[in-house]
Amino acid sequence: MSNIFTSSIGKKLIMSISGCFLVLFLAFHMCMNLALVFSPEAYNAICEFLGANWYALVGTAILAAGVLVHFVYAFILTIQNRKARGNIRYAVTAKEEGVSWASKNMLVLGIIVILGLLVHLKDFWAQMQLVEILGHHTNSYGLTPTDGAGATLEVFGNPIYCVVYIVWLAALWFHLTHGVWSMLHTMGFNSKLWMKRVKCIANIVATLVVAGFMLVVVVCCLRANGIIG
Amino acid sequence: MNLTLKIWRQKDAKSQGKFEEYKVQNISPDSSFLEMLDILNNDLIMSGKEPIAFDHDCREGICGMCSLHINGHAHGPDSEITTCQLHMRKFKDGDTITIEPWRSAAFPVIKDLVVDRSAYDKILQAGGFISVNTGGVPDANAIPIPKADADESMDAAACIGCGACAATCKNGSAMLFVAARVSSLAKLPQGKVEGARRAKAMVAKMDELGFGNCTNTGACEAECPKAIPSRTSPASTASSSTLSSRTKSRTLTQTTEPRFLGSVVYIDN
Repeated sequence: MSNIFTSSIGKKLIMSISGCFLVLFLAFHMCMNLALVFSPEAYNAICEFLGANWYALVGTAILAAGVLVHFVYAFILTIQNRKARGNIRYAVTAKEEGVSWASKNMLVLGIIVILGLLVHLKDFWAQMQLVEILGHHTNSYGLTPTDGAGATLEVFGNPIYCVVYIVWLAALWFHLTHGVWSMLHTMGFNSKLWMKRVKCIANIVATLVVAGFMLVVVVCCLRANGIIG
Repeated sequence: MNLTLKIWRQKDAKSQGKFEEYKVQNISPDSSFLEMLDILNNDLIMSGKEPIAFDHDCREGICGMCSLHINGHAHGPDSEITTCQLHMRKFKDGDTITIEPWRSAAFPVIKDLVVDRSAYDKILQAGGFISVNTGGVPDANAIPIPKADADESMDAAACIGCGACAATCKNGSAMLFVAARVSSLAKLPQGKVEGARRAKAMVAKMDELGFGNCTNTGACEAECPKAIPSRTSPASTASSSTLSSRTKSRTLTQTTEPRFLGSVVYIDN
C-alpha cells in the first residue's frame, strides 16, 4: 500500500499543503509591506517587532522548512514525471484546449521564484534579521538592522533591482494562478460549481498578492529617486 | 484528397523506430481516419511491403482500442471522439499528418503504432471491481440511488480505458483513468463499501507501474475522448469521489449505455 510521502496522491497533498502555507505567508508579508506605502515609521515598527526575537526566529525556521519541502518535492515530482514520460518524446505537440501555460511550467516558474528569493534574502534578510542574530548594530547599508524603510530605499533606488523584482513577481503571479486553484482542487474543492470558483479565487489571490508587492517596489523606487515624497 | 503521412515505424518492442513518409491519394473526405490507414495498408500489401500495425476494434468509439497521437493530439484534432470516429474532412488536401504511438514509459511500443496498455488492466485488477457473492439478478430498484449520484457514476463510467489521458499528460500520469474508475464505483452504494481500499490499491498499482504524478494541468480532460472531467480529483479519490455530470451533452447518449456494468457485480439481496 502507499503512504503520504511516497504515493502520487500523498506527494500531491504535500505540495498542496506546503503551497498553501507559502501562499498564506505571502499574503501576510504583502500586508506587512503595504504599511510602508502609507507610513515608513509604521513599517519600521513592524520590522522591530519581527526582528531576531525567538518567535520570529521560530517562524523563520518553519517558513524555511516549508519552502524546502515544497522545493524538494517539486524536484522529486519532476524527475519522476520526466521518467514516466518515457525516453522518446512526441515529434509533434499541440496545445490542449483550456490548459494554462503556467500549469505546464510550474518548475521553471518555481526556479525563477527561488532565484528571486535568494536575491531578496541577500538584499533584506541578510541586512536585517541576520545582522541582529549576529549581534551587529549596523548593516552594509550603514543603517540599523530594524530600519526596513531605509533598506528598501537603498535597494529600490537602483532601477535595475526594481526590474529584477518585477520580473520575479511576474513569475510568482504565473506560479500562483495555477498553484492556488490546484492546491484547493487537491484538497477537495472540486465539485462542478467549486472548480469555477477556485479558478476565480486563484486569479484574485495571485493578482492581489503580486499587485501589493509590486506597488511597494514602485513606490520605493519613486521615493528613492525623489519623484514622490 | 492527397496527403503526406509521417508514420512511426518500429519493427518490434526492442528495435529502434523511426518516422517514414507515405503518400496517399484520392482519399474521400468522408472516409474515417482508420479507413484511410486501411487504404494505405492495402497499397503497402499490394506492393509487397509490411503494412502499418495500429490498434482498432469496434470503430464506433466505445471499445477503447484505437489510439494514435495525430498532429500532436491524442485521438486527433477533433474533440470528444476517438481516432476511429475521426474523419478526413477534418484535414485539408495536401496536408502532412504526423502519426505517432502513445508515448509513455508505462505504455511501451509493441510494433509501429501499437502500444502495450496492459498497465491499465493491471490497475483494474488491483481493485477496479466490487467483491460480492453472485446470485440472481436483484430488482433494479431494490437499492434506491439518488439521481445525481447515478449520473456522476455513469459519467465516470464513460471511461473506455484508451490511455489518451496518460499519453497526453506531460507527467505521464494515469490519474484521470484511475479517478474515473474509482469514482464510477464509489458513487454507487454497492461500490462505496470498498471505496477506500479500492482507491488505495489502484493508486498504489498505478505508482508501481511507473505512471507519473498528477500536477493538475488538465490536459487529460482536454484530450479525453469521453470528456471525463479532471475534477475527478485524486485527493478525493481516496475518500469518496466527486465526479459531477458533464456539461457537454454530446457524449451523454454513450454514457447512458450500461458499459460500466462490466465491472460491477450485482449484489445478491
